[in-house]
Amino acid sequence: MIFDYETLRIIWWAFLGFLIIGFAIMGGYDLGVGILLPFLGKNDDERRVILNAIGSTWEGNQVWFVMAGGALFAAWPTVYAVTFSSFYFALLLALFALFLRPLGFDYRSKVATPLWRENWDRALFVGGFVPSLVLGIAFGNLLKGIPFYFESSDMRIIYSGTFWGLLNPFALLAGLLSLSMFTMHGAIYLQIKTIDSINWRAKKAVLIFTMSTLVLFALAGLWIVNLNGYHITSEVLTNGASNPLSKFVKREPGLWLDNYGHLPSLWAVPVTTFISAIIALVLSRADKPGSAFVFSSITIASIILTAGCSMFPFLMPSSLSLNSSLKVWDASSSIKTLNVMFWATVIFLPLIIIYTSWVFRVLRGKVTVEHVRKNNHTLY
Amino acid sequence: MITDAVVELSRWQFAVTTLYHFLFVPLTIGLSVLLAIMESTYVLTGREIYKDMTQFWGKLFGINFALGVTTGLTMEFQFGMNWSYFSHYVGDVFGAPLAIEGLMAFFMESTFVGLFFFGWDKLSKGQHLIVTWLVALGSNLSALWILVANGWMQHPVGAEFNYETMRMEVTSFAALLFNPAAQVKFVHTVAAGYTTASAFVLAISAYYMLKGRDSAFSQRSYTIAAGFGFAAVLSVIVLGDESGYTDGEVQKAKLAAIEAEWHTVEAPAAFTVIGFPDQAAMKTHYAIKIPWVLGLIGTRSIDTPIIGLTEILENNNKHIHNGIKAYGLLQQLRDGNKDKALISEFESVKNELGYGLLLKRYTENVVDATDEQIALAVKNSIPHVAPLFWTFRVMVGSGFIMLIVFTIAVIASSIRKCRKDWILKLSLYTVPLPWIACETGWFVAEFGRQPWSIAEVLPTFLSTSSLTKWDIILSLSGYILFYTVFLVIEMFLMLKYIKLGPSSLHKRRYHFEVDQRG
Ligand code: HDD
Ligand code: HEM
Ligand code: HEM
Repeated sequence: MIFDYETLRIIWWAFLGFLIIGFAIMGGYDLGVGILLPFLGKNDDERRVILNAIGSTWEGNQVWFVMAGGALFAAWPTVYAVTFSSFYFALLLALFALFLRPLGFDYRSKVATPLWRENWDRALFVGGFVPSLVLGIAFGNLLKGIPFYFESSDMRIIYSGTFWGLLNPFALLAGLLSLSMFTMHGAIYLQIKTIDSINWRAKKAVLIFTMSTLVLFALAGLWIVNLNGYHITSEVLTNGASNPLSKFVKREPGLWLDNYGHLPSLWAVPVTTFISAIIALVLSRADKPGSAFVFSSITIASIILTAGCSMFPFLMPSSLSLNSSLKVWDASSSIKTLNVMFWATVIFLPLIIIYTSWVFRVLRGKVTVEHVRKNNHTLY
Repeated sequence: MITDAVVELSRWQFAVTTLYHFLFVPLTIGLSVLLAIMESTYVLTGREIYKDMTQFWGKLFGINFALGVTTGLTMEFQFGMNWSYFSHYVGDVFGAPLAIEGLMAFFMESTFVGLFFFGWDKLSKGQHLIVTWLVALGSNLSALWILVANGWMQHPVGAEFNYETMRMEVTSFAALLFNPAAQVKFVHTVAAGYTTASAFVLAISAYYMLKGRDSAFSQRSYTIAAGFGFAAVLSVIVLGDESGYTDGEVQKAKLAAIEAEWHTVEAPAAFTVIGFPDQAAMKTHYAIKIPWVLGLIGTRSIDTPIIGLTEILENNNKHIHNGIKAYGLLQQLRDGNKDKALISEFESVKNELGYGLLLKRYTENVVDATDEQIALAVKNSIPHVAPLFWTFRVMVGSGFIMLIVFTIAVIASSIRKCRKDWILKLSLYTVPLPWIACETGWFVAEFGRQPWSIAEVLPTFLSTSSLTKWDIILSLSGYILFYTVFLVIEMFLMLKYIKLGPSSLHKRRYHFEVDQRG
């Protein structure tokens, strides 16, 4: 083992962030395209163009989502257990909406009747809209803290909130933010892959949703200043066994800004969000959507990182039993598992990035109405 | 407080969603390999018909694949949503193979599957062939890793309990990976997938032959499916026997229950072909037995006895008493007592902690359990015999029928004169059997593990999340509703494309597109 427990935990915090950002960038534009589908595609041909713009790659992109779940299970099993069972109905909702995507893509164009296709178009919209919203709401609730605790010495996880409790104003704001940023990202992707009318409409959507992303992000930032944050008050054993019940935690408004106070260079992260979003917008207006995509990816990454940096080392604060909060230092897998998974990740993640890039290269180029008509029977 | 209703409903939900997932999984695993074989033939011989075969069976593959992915999403989330104590208690061990499955298999499978469908014009022949093989490799690797995880639940090696974190932790990844239970499961399950896909292609090709449609296309498909299927079903049976043997080593209660072996008898034990197991009386009525066979399967010898259920119950009684002691010591440790002697005493009995946890179903205070409660825990420490006995026989029966069908199909496909209508009809009507065998097989594997979710470590009863009955009734109804609608849509599309046959490729050379030439 070349790393000690503390380092491995930080590495795994970073890996988890990487996977979540990977999902938001890769899967995010697919969700956004699903949301835009009924608005940018005015007839069946145009909708098929939009679908085929992501048709051959959405499947692989979705695995980033599965992978973030799997990595959470392997590296932060207690966090996986607590979040997934606490967000039961929210996740169920996201899951049911996600169901509609594989089927929508694969089945929509296999039957030609308008009724069939229009219903699948609605399903694909729902499949993009609901998960984008729910994931943001989940993040918002993480920042607020979740009403759970560990019962007695058996460590049973008890969640005492309700589904409706998840729909608080701050979480809804976070939900709108993620909705808006995925839609922005999807619009830029469509601007890359299409021409003429769809391209113009996509360009307009980029303008709207980049602006709204910036506004919502700024609002969330202002809110966080007064939002209750969490802080560990007892000594921190960064190399100790993963026992979440061995510390003391306090809660006060504004504590989520603590890390920025200790390390002012962290301010670069939220600032990057503003700068890169504006650059993305300028590039999109200048019809350079390829470069705009790079900057909207940076925008998304820095939004997620902002949340991560505010919360570190908390992964999941408990609003009910402060001391039950889950942190990087007390909710991870054993050192052995983290180590093995570290090696699995350093070997496979680069491979994945290499072959995914190759696939995108093979499939590069615009999708047009003529192209879709010509390949009527082989495309989505 | 966990109630029986929550546990029952959670189990139902898991059973419904996994069994549903496994309707699509074996076809994906097997058909991806068949597609790769067909396309290899195309690349080697250069004959277009093999490309058409790859594309047509690929269309059906796609329809199936979409639902495989959809239902797989449920699985990935369900451990945390419905089995949160399980996820906390064994996530350190169990999460790793699941995550590696994502890294190694899902990414590969899903990234290349798009290229498989849309890359025909963008790739050279050789490149496309590689892509197809990578899809097949990905789906087979995914089976490997998930079965490593599942094998560990059946036979939890390479891990031990840590009282500080209150969970199981890995001690040896090599042991986890080379777990004999995982190995036999992997080969048996993958071969079951190959059998399923072969039976699928065989049946549909037979249907076209019966209708006299597209004979060149359907005969070639039939031949490939017959040959591959014959090898596959033979492997399933041989490897199933291997599973039985491994059960005899590591899951004695499961084997004894499958065989309704109530008492340890003198070796070598007889195999009960059929009979009516009666758990209350602990005997099997009207049993028809073949001498020696069970002993041979279970132990590979004629002088090692197979342990019967009565003796297993007696052993479990001892284990439960040790488990109570382990639980008591654990309580002291959790209360902060760090005494060296206490720790070493706990270490010496902690392997039986799981048996102590069995009592949690009957009392909160494990250490004060009454004799009745202990007796109840012992009684319920083995699975129900009758359902296992029957489902196992359905699986094995399906296996042998398929062996016969594939043998006939191989003969029929190599000798033209033998291509009789009744053989084709037989090939067609065999099509549900592999699915029946797969579903009953999983039932045997999972139900036979009860009352444990992790054998001898964590009782199913404790594994659930702290949800209410209504939470799960709602989610279960949602799943059933969605899954039923999806299945109807999927079957509709499958049948539509099966009826269209290769003409759905619009190559202008198939039935419905040209004059009937047979
Ligand atoms: C023996 C094989 C096998 C078994 C036991 C399971 N699966 Fe599965 N799974 C596959 C074999 C497979 C596959 C062949 O790779 C699938 C099926 C159809 C498909 O499209 O891929 C798949 C798809 C699939 C997906 C979608 C992957 C993607 O997006 O490409 C997920 C997330 C899971 N599965 C997760 C699970 C979990 C958590 C299981 C444990 C209960 C499980 N599967 C049992
Ligand atoms: C896809 C193939 C599978 C099928 C068809 C299947 C089937 C079942 C069935 C029928 C049950 C209910 C048993 C009962 O409660 O009586 C069950 C339970 C369970 N299975 Fe599986 N299973 C499959 C794969 C897996 C895998 C791969 C895992 C783990 C990696 C797994 C983990 C569990 C768990 C955690 C439970 C709930 C606890 C329990 O009831 O034992 N299953 N499964
Ligand atoms: C004919 C002889 C067969 C024998 C002796 C046999 C034996 C077994 C045994 C003992 C198990 C339980 C393994 C365990 O949980 O430890 C099992 C499971 C299973 N069987 Fe079979 N089987 C046979 C045929 C088949 C056929 C024909 C299929 C499907 C085409 C099939 C599919 C399965 C599946 C999917 C499982 C669950 C996964 C596993 O535990 O490996 N089996 N089989």
